[in-house]
Amino acid sequence: MVKFIVVRILQAIPTLFVIATLTFFMTRLAPGGPFDSEKNIPAEIKEKLESHFGLEKPLYEQYFLYLSNLLQGDLGPSFKYMGWEVSELIAKAFPVSAQLGLFSLLIALVLGLPAGVLAALRKNSAYDYCLMTTAMLGICLPTFVMGPLLILLFSSWLGWLPPLGWYSFADMILPSLTLGLFYGAYIARLTRAGMLETLNQDYIRTARAKGASPLRVVLRHAIKGGLLPVVTFLGPAFAGLISGSFIIESIFFIPGLGRFFVTAAFNRDYTMVLGTVLFYACLIIILNLVVDLIQASLDPKSREP
Amino acid sequence: MLLLAKCMSLRTFHVINHSFPWTFPKRVIGHYFWLVPVLFLLGGCSAPSNVENAIEDKILHFGLGSEPQYLDPHLASSVSAHNVIIALIEGLVSEDPKTLKPLPGVAESWDISEDGLLYTFNLRKNAKWSNGDPVTAHDFVYSYRRILNPNLASQYASMLHGLKNARKYHEEGLKWEEAKVGAVAINNHTLQLTLENPTPYFLELLNHYSWFPAHPPTIKKFDAFEKQGTPWTRPGNYVGNGPFILSEHKVNSVIEVKKNPNYWDAETVSLEAIRFYPIESADTEERAFRSGFLHLTQTVSPDRIDFLKQNHPEVIHFEPYLGTYFYRFNLEEPPFDDVRIRLAFNLATDRQAIVEKVTKGGQVPARCFTPPGTGGFSPESRFRFDPQKAKALIQDYLDEKGLKSLPKIELKYNTSEGHKKVAEALQGMWKNHLGAEIQLLNMEWKVFLSTIEKRDFSLARAGWIGDYVDANTFLHMWRTGDGHNNTGWSNARYDELLELAAKESDSEKRFSYFEECEKLLSEHAPILPIYFYVHVTLRSPTVKGWHPTLLDHHPYKYVRLQNEDANTW
Repeated sequence: MVKFIVVRILQAIPTLFVIATLTFFMTRLAPGGPFDSEKNIPAEIKEKLESHFGLEKPLYEQYFLYLSNLLQGDLGPSFKYMGWEVSELIAKAFPVSAQLGLFSLLIALVLGLPAGVLAALRKNSAYDYCLMTTAMLGICLPTFVMGPLLILLFSSWLGWLPPLGWYSFADMILPSLTLGLFYGAYIARLTRAGMLETLNQDYIRTARAKGASPLRVVLRHAIKGGLLPVVTFLGPAFAGLISGSFIIESIFFIPGLGRFFVTAAFNRDYTMVLGTVLFYACLIIILNLVVDLIQASLDPKSREP
Repeated sequence: MLLLAKCMSLRTFHVINHSFPWTFPKRVIGHYFWLVPVLFLLGGCSAPSNVENAIEDKILHFGLGSEPQYLDPHLASSVSAHNVIIALIEGLVSEDPKTLKPLPGVAESWDISEDGLLYTFNLRKNAKWSNGDPVTAHDFVYSYRRILNPNLASQYASMLHGLKNARKYHEEGLKWEEAKVGAVAINNHTLQLTLENPTPYFLELLNHYSWFPAHPPTIKKFDAFEKQGTPWTRPGNYVGNGPFILSEHKVNSVIEVKKNPNYWDAETVSLEAIRFYPIESADTEERAFRSGFLHLTQTVSPDRIDFLKQNHPEVIHFEPYLGTYFYRFNLEEPPFDDVRIRLAFNLATDRQAIVEKVTKGGQVPARCFTPPGTGGFSPESRFRFDPQKAKALIQDYLDEKGLKSLPKIELKYNTSEGHKKVAEALQGMWKNHLGAEIQLLNMEWKVFLSTIEKRDFSLARAGWIGDYVDANTFLHMWRTGDGHNNTGWSNARYDELLELAAKESDSEKRFSYFEECEKLLSEHAPILPIYFYVHVTLRSPTVKGWHPTLLDHHPYKYVRLQNEDANTW
């Protein structure tokens, strides 16, 4: 197991290097720069401005400088948020996105798993159709539609919840619900499919034959196998959830990483784009590794040599 | 979601599923189901809104639009930065909240020499920095030296070029002492500024943040004299002399300023704090306003203007804004290298229809380039709508060139629903009146900027907001080789007229030079003015002391919050 983890971490190093290189050159190839604005400034002032951040140097030199700084853990200063380092901006924004992501995931699981299990247990019943239609709706309705709809209902009409911000627990409910419903819908459908397959297995029949209670059969025997597709889905979904969603963060005015990431691209904030991309890459690599480990513990077959 | 909850709350399960014919325990579902209303109940206990609380806590909640890139007055270059900086720093003069006419600021009085070239400012002795240090004339000289230092690379340093020899120091690499820049501290409380030319709007100009002072010991402490990106502008480090102190800055979330007890006129300041929220989406801003999270928004989504005008006229405000929305022609590429085509496009533009049927936000059709009334100057309306004349001009051009129709023309604009609507309307007008085929091409902002700079366009959208209330801020950009010209147009007489206006102190004569400039612009038509901007905003009726001003400047020390029917919809 330890060897497996070490190998995966070693594999990650060239991956991160390739990502850093590609991102570096792609950002520089995009037209426009971080200091372009509608108020044109004389070329010599612009050159001086760029020289504050080493942007006047040849591209290859900037690239090697960036890599050497990166090895020392220095992501550089942000070009858009002057006076702030990229690493401290990420350190402040990530916990917000992670909180939103975790809470959304909790909602997604709380709604999606029981819905999926129930639909599987009552296959082709009114419950099944009802739940799966709702889930399909949840998948089809994009978050930028669902978000404002929920705000309209719970904030504008009922006045129960604040429509935006990230200051109190109440602020967290609507954005988490918007994201949670979307992912919950996926989880419901995946759980249903996984459970249906598992419930037809011989070992379930054996468990029933031995007189195990329905609850025991589902919770003890069926759910482990039934959740395998969900776990596979959860790896990337979890990474996506905790690394922030630009749309949700913009609709609900949440200072998370998703907003930083997308606005950095628009602002040509090179260091911020690179910093967030590398951070996401690390996050996805780690989470995929965790998912593999969880899968191995759930599914004995994957542990076979 | 409600449907799902309903399904889950059903208490009776009928056995339908033959492959797995057992009932599922109710309590498992019941357990999950109750979480949903509990979450809402917790949310339901939310506190009163910001606007409701504000009458008591005197905090103004301000929609800032975007996060400012800099809070350093010598590096800032955006409206959002202006909105925060004017709370933190005060210049030599301040502004009348209604007319923006100069009022005493750090300077309690000033004398102007007869030739209008020498200004002597008497600084008040009780003006202090937020850390208690006195504000002195030396601080201003230090600040001018800093912003004009070419190594700092300030984007707005040219605003100080009106100071005698400032340009020499800024652009020619001379030392401060050698250049003899016209800014001298006679003593701690007397500052003398000498100008290159009599500048009738000089005192108003001093309210631009580029003229604001920075606290020299703080700048030295953070080695920020000629360095960018230092953390001196963070809460705790920032030392200002304005009515407020920077107390909190969470990037992309909130900037908070609190009342400065060391401010010389702290008695006038009614607000205890201002919280600025950089909400970029106009829809989110509107929702924030509706829920009482904000007192005022930065903008209003164009699609919502009609609804808000009809249903909430008490909160939507249309205020004149010193700016012109126009298109640039590229004079180096056919067909716009020919003046007849440029004039024809201008003549075929029904500006009235654009503002009435497309923008609908109270904009004024632009029949000249400088907004009428700018600093007392109102140019004649010369850009008229005359499709017959336009057709004749096009026909003349086609006959001469031996063409049957105009080549396809690309119109570039930066991606935005508003720009798209105007472009589509013009596309239709020019097709109808001129038979011109226009292809619309929207571009991401930075790509668009770089396209304009490289002059890689035939016809492109543009906008210009005045930095100060004088026609010079508009007409200056069409000088030969000006960084903002970008049309390829050059006219010696035009350049000469602006030189003459700069040296003239008699306003009537100055205006006659400006009028001739406007005439040249309309005759050569390197541009196509469309409308004059209007600032559309939502503002709570509880905000008092907030007046419409041409530059959208609102000195916060006069703003107060008073109980009225708050914006509860």
